[in-house]
Amino acid sequence: MADISLGGAPQNVGSIQSHYMAQVQRSRLYGGLTLLVFIVLMVSGFNVADDRNAGGFWDGLHQIGDYPADVLSEAWEKRTDLPGLLAKYFPALVETINIAAVSTLIGAIGGLFLSLLGTRGLAKWPRLIPLFRRISDVMRAVPEIVIALVLIFVLGGGPVPAMIAIAIHTAGALGKMFSEVAENADLKPVEGLTSTGATWSQCMLLGVLPQVAPNYVSYTLLRFEINIRASAILGFVGAGGLGYELRNAMAWGPGRFDEAGAIFILLFGTIVFFDQVSSRYRNRLTEGQGQ
Amino acid sequence: MTATDLSLAKHDAVRLFERKRLIGFGIPTVILIYLTYIFFVFDLPGLAQRANIENAVTLASDSWSHKIHVTRDNRSGDVTYAVEGERKGRYPEGQRPAWVTGQDVITIDLGGEHIVRYLPESRTEIEIPGFPLIQVQAEGRNLVNNLPDDLPDWISASNRRIGITTPEGRITLTGARTEVFNYFPGWELFWFTLDSPYHGQGLGKILFGERLDPNQSNLTGALSDWWNNAMWRHKDVAWAIGETILMAFLGTMGAALIALPLAFLAAKRFSPILLLRAATRRLFDFVRGVDALIWTVVLARAFGPGPLTGALAILITDTGTFGKTFSEALENVDEKQIEGVASTGAKPLQRYRFGVIPQVVPVLLAQVLYFLESNTRSATIIGAITGGGIGLMLTQAIQTQKDWEEVAYYIVLIVVMVMFMDWVSGWLRGKLIGRKD
Repeated sequence: MADISLGGAPQNVGSIQSHYMAQVQRSRLYGGLTLLVFIVLMVSGFNVADDRNAGGFWDGLHQIGDYPADVLSEAWEKRTDLPGLLAKYFPALVETINIAAVSTLIGAIGGLFLSLLGTRGLAKWPRLIPLFRRISDVMRAVPEIVIALVLIFVLGGGPVPAMIAIAIHTAGALGKMFSEVAENADLKPVEGLTSTGATWSQCMLLGVLPQVAPNYVSYTLLRFEINIRASAILGFVGAGGLGYELRNAMAWGPGRFDEAGAIFILLFGTIVFFDQVSSRYRNRLTEGQGQ
Repeated sequence: MTATDLSLAKHDAVRLFERKRLIGFGIPTVILIYLTYIFFVFDLPGLAQRANIENAVTLASDSWSHKIHVTRDNRSGDVTYAVEGERKGRYPEGQRPAWVTGQDVITIDLGGEHIVRYLPESRTEIEIPGFPLIQVQAEGRNLVNNLPDDLPDWISASNRRIGITTPEGRITLTGARTEVFNYFPGWELFWFTLDSPYHGQGLGKILFGERLDPNQSNLTGALSDWWNNAMWRHKDVAWAIGETILMAFLGTMGAALIALPLAFLAAKRFSPILLLRAATRRLFDFVRGVDALIWTVVLARAFGPGPLTGALAILITDTGTFGKTFSEALENVDEKQIEGVASTGAKPLQRYRFGVIPQVVPVLLAQVLYFLESNTRSATIIGAITGGGIGLMLTQAIQTQKDWEEVAYYIVLIVVMVMFMDWVSGWLRGKLIGRKD
């Protein structure tokens, strides 16, 4: 409507209406075009993906249930072994959780420093802000698998490559989220502390951290959920833990499907459990902040 | 304020301080104890022995340099010259690097006065400054040499195999063949392979010079030779990156399209039937909990390896995530706007279209676009498992354990790809929602 009043000349209802209708039509046209482009992209993308896939979508659709059915039926036949298998793979589960926990912890500490050093107003060396931001961008952009595979080559298989890989990505990802929170932090406590002669680390520890801690903890918990999944996946490419056992059980094929089934159950249970716990705790954190 | 009040307040304050102090020291202590536990569980002390430093050195040097192999087959006496020792990097007949001279006696100048001579009848002479002339004669499967008994650690020798590593290059000798590796910085043959007429020509000459291939213009020829470069496979790499982005795009957008109607079923305000609501929510929790890894495994059995499988795995997992966040967004919708639309006599569908959708679209779009970027990363990982896209090429290159320059190239491409998608999603968010982060 703003451009109508800017037009200057007095306008009657009819011309306002026609302007409005023209505007609506234009926005509908743009909306329709965007939708059209989107549909074309989706359909052609689907066709390309279908072409390049080993098996077609429509042929495979009715086979989706076959593999889970095989696994489940074999696991059901050997259901008496299940508790034993669950106990057998429990150490692998602990390893997967440990990888996720340590990497989240190290990543969060790294992200904390990256965020404080990369936020305007808080940075110790304001000139280096772009540098720390770029570092965190690059760390965030590197998929875990890249670092994990290279480190497996150097360090050998096991949990350490996965831990380092996830920690690096976590530091980058949390660095960005943390710094968004830190940007909104109140700077007055920092000023007050500076006036008493506090050092930079004292300012951050006593002035900024108490303000941002609830959000930081909440983001870290969210990351922990994500990292459990990531650590299971990295196990699949040789980094130990539950994913590694899953790959071995699957490579064996029928006959060890009961083991695959046990691992599925453990993985599913763990993910759901930590999702629930962390989302409950995160809700409490953010609610507590609102009061 | 009475004295009792004051002492009570003081008591409270002291207790609060004690608790804070406990937390202040307790949390770091717990973290430290946990890290110590991990230190031993993950066997970090043993890691030093397991770590393969030689691998790390190969990796670090190979990722930015390449080597040219000069190989003599000791049975036939033929000498071949090949970049990285690969068939597709072989020098065409009659061509060889400039640091190799001679016909009967082939002299290889590695630089720094390190010289290797291939003499007739499977004899080899190696000149290394500060070391006596090494002479080796291959006889059948054995090697006869004049090496002293106490060897420096850069020479390893048995009567079957001799390996010499110098700063200028590496030499290995066996009964069957003699090989010299000369190292050079840079990614060789990145633009053109040796059989292309454009190899070794400057950019100016390709663009403005006379035709190198009379049948086509320089630009077309150069582009097609680069695109079909057998060594670096630019065409396959481009397709692989396209596949990875496609997986992320199809997965994310498909998930959003499926999750939106389901989210209405899961939101309290729009779905009065408790059972239906609970069922939808459990469905979201289930597909999210099963996780992309297991979906990938299950789907790969049905659809075979490829980008479609990866896209579907992302789609199914993210349907759960989107469903959850979308339904939360729908529950927080402002009632007034819907009432306002209803007061004009709008039917239920119109109420949703004009009362609800405009309120939630910014939240949903922001979520979807954020996931588009993060799924590009997931698609790389899923591709490595299910066999599609740049993730597969990366794992293959790493598994061969020698093409580290290709690994480095793929890593750079992956990082650039993810950053590009990050930028695209930020740009789209700015365009569609009108807010830049």
